Amino acid sequence: MLVWVNAIINGVLIGLAYAIAALGLNLIWGVMKVINLSHGAFIALGMFAAYLSVKLLGLSVYTALVPIFVGGLAVGVVAFFVSLYRVLNEKELTTLLSTYALSLIIIGLGTFFFTTNPRAIDTHLGSFTLGYSSISYARIIVGLISLLLAVALYLFLFKTSLGKAIRAVSQNPTASKLYGINTTLVLSISFGIGVAFAAVSGALIASLFPFTILSGSVYELKSFVICVLGGLGSPAGAILGGLILGLLENILTLKIPVDYMPFIEFTILVIILLIKPSGLWGRR
Amino acid sequence: MKKLIVFLMVVVFAMLTTKAFAKDKILIGFTTSLTGKLNAESKAQLQGLQMWANNVNKNGGIYVKSLGKKLPVALKYYDDESNKERVQQLYVRLINDDKVDFLISPYSSDLTATAAIIAQQYGKIMISTGAAADDIFAKGFSVVYQMYTPASRYLTGALDMLKKYDPKAKKVAIIYEQSEFAKAVCDAAKSYAQKNGFNVVMFEAYTPNTTDFSAFLNKMSSLKPDALIGGGHFADGETLAKQVYEQKIPLKLISLIVAPAVPKFTEIGEAALYVTAPSQWEPEVTYSQDSAKKLRLPYYGQSVKWFTDTYRNTYHQEPGYHAAGGFASALVIQKAIEETGTLDSNKVKQALDRMNIMTFYGQIKFAQGKYHGLQIGHEMVYLQWLKSDNKLVKEIVWPLSAANAKLVFPYSTKFKK
Repeated sequence: MLVWVNAIINGVLIGLAYAIAALGLNLIWGVMKVINLSHGAFIALGMFAAYLSVKLLGLSVYTALVPIFVGGLAVGVVAFFVSLYRVLNEKELTTLLSTYALSLIIIGLGTFFFTTNPRAIDTHLGSFTLGYSSISYARIIVGLISLLLAVALYLFLFKTSLGKAIRAVSQNPTASKLYGINTTLVLSISFGIGVAFAAVSGALIASLFPFTILSGSVYELKSFVICVLGGLGSPAGAILGGLILGLLENILTLKIPVDYMPFIEFTILVIILLIKPSGLWGRR
Repeated sequence: MKKLIVFLMVVVFAMLTTKAFAKDKILIGFTTSLTGKLNAESKAQLQGLQMWANNVNKNGGIYVKSLGKKLPVALKYYDDESNKERVQQLYVRLINDDKVDFLISPYSSDLTATAAIIAQQYGKIMISTGAAADDIFAKGFSVVYQMYTPASRYLTGALDMLKKYDPKAKKVAIIYEQSEFAKAVCDAAKSYAQKNGFNVVMFEAYTPNTTDFSAFLNKMSSLKPDALIGGGHFADGETLAKQVYEQKIPLKLISLIVAPAVPKFTEIGEAALYVTAPSQWEPEVTYSQDSAKKLRLPYYGQSVKWFTDTYRNTYHQEPGYHAAGGFASALVIQKAIEETGTLDSNKVKQALDRMNIMTFYGQIKFAQGKYHGLQIGHEMVYLQWLKSDNKLVKEIVWPLSAANAKLVFPYSTKFKK
């Protein structure tokens, strides 16, 4: 019985971290209908930003989240103007290619500077025992911070004027422009927030698992699955999708071999696309 | 005048033939990966071989009774660029052009498999080192001999160790990387476990880039195994050991291939403590005249201390099992030549076939019959990370004949502090 409790707790905690990664992807899609293929690269950058903050600056990985978020926001705004702004109204394939190019550049530079050797951040926080195994405090902290970030994003989008502007632009860019909203600014900030979420989720994941500069792609793929599950463009859907994925990974595997998981995840993905393409929580 | 010419011709011919037939050195040929991906391991293996040759020559060479004198040894080697095609060309060249007396294998199972075919084709004796694959020796080769303990016995010692320290321990979990080597090791460990009355409660593979083992470990927890064995390569094995520690899973024994044998393993700190791993050889092994006597085997060659000290002094680094394997592979040829007193391939082969000796590298005995040449004497040693003066040190804990420290058992002792 305790094993199940353990699996559920682990599933929820890791699911929340997945959700934060997916939220970044989701927000960018929701606001500007761009599938950001550089998402994984920004997650990896977040991992290395956390690693360098801990190793070079001696910061705790959790304190480092603040500068990583701010840095991610700034990098995201710059990246928007460099790679997206001029092609935003082109066909979807163009924005796909431009974000993919950005990803190649980041990964290429990252490989040059950091090599593909695995790194790890040691949090040394210990764990508490539950039944035959334990849950580490590091996981609990990651889960709580993720929850906090999700709530903060919700409050920002629904309670602040900038958040409302973002939602307005996402629903009707032309009407927003007519109402005097600086849509370019709003779009760039949205992209910045998306990148900042990717970077922070990378830092959070790096506090739990070892990583290389190529690790981002694993979580990028998970983010896609989560977005499709929960509904592209729906922040609440991303949380729901993350939780479902985390729980599936931890509970189902108690009874079936772990390496069946990708098969099951992608089967669910195909089924959702076939019967409810807008996702479980998505709007049409 | 005619007579003089004939006489001179006879003299010249006699000089030429004696020169051609008089052996002035024993030539040992091999390729080594001076470049390419196998460069690091190959270099250590080459250093072991060079150290052997220097030492033999310092003592005047190997005594060959049929010639009534000592012959120096010479190593003839080429760079195979870690490439199979090069191995094929170069071994033919070593045999046909350089006319080497004996062959040593390149490094790695892949390259050795290629070299073995050439050696067999030309009937030239080859000692294989740096190659653990079993299947090379299932092909009926009659002149190829293996120095490494084969992959199929990499983890069986861990099960013997568990049985010895806790005869009641029955449940074993095997979690391994989806790679050819790890799968071969773990398939063999699984069938050995079942044959020996263990219950393999979990047998699962993970993809090579896995970083989150919680699903595996959670499932393992629910099955309450006594021991965890498996692993794959460095990064994944290190993470697995770390997450077992974080989850405080009360295991009695944990034994992983590759990762814990690498000194960098200590970077995970406390998580490395009491983890065990198989290794072909470690500088801490205690093979000696005494341990040979206990097994009623003759001891041959230098001591472990001599090897370790000389290697350190020569190359200014710690010897690992690649270097030891290189040295030992040539030592085996030396023993067979000395025993038979000849360089004749057939006689040397017979000596190798009946060889059963103890050396600084451990016991050496080759299988006969279907798996001719497979190493059946040499045992993996098991190292365990222990604490001494608050620093992590690796010590040999198994087999008991080679151990220099007592296994800390169970692994979970560390959670009770």
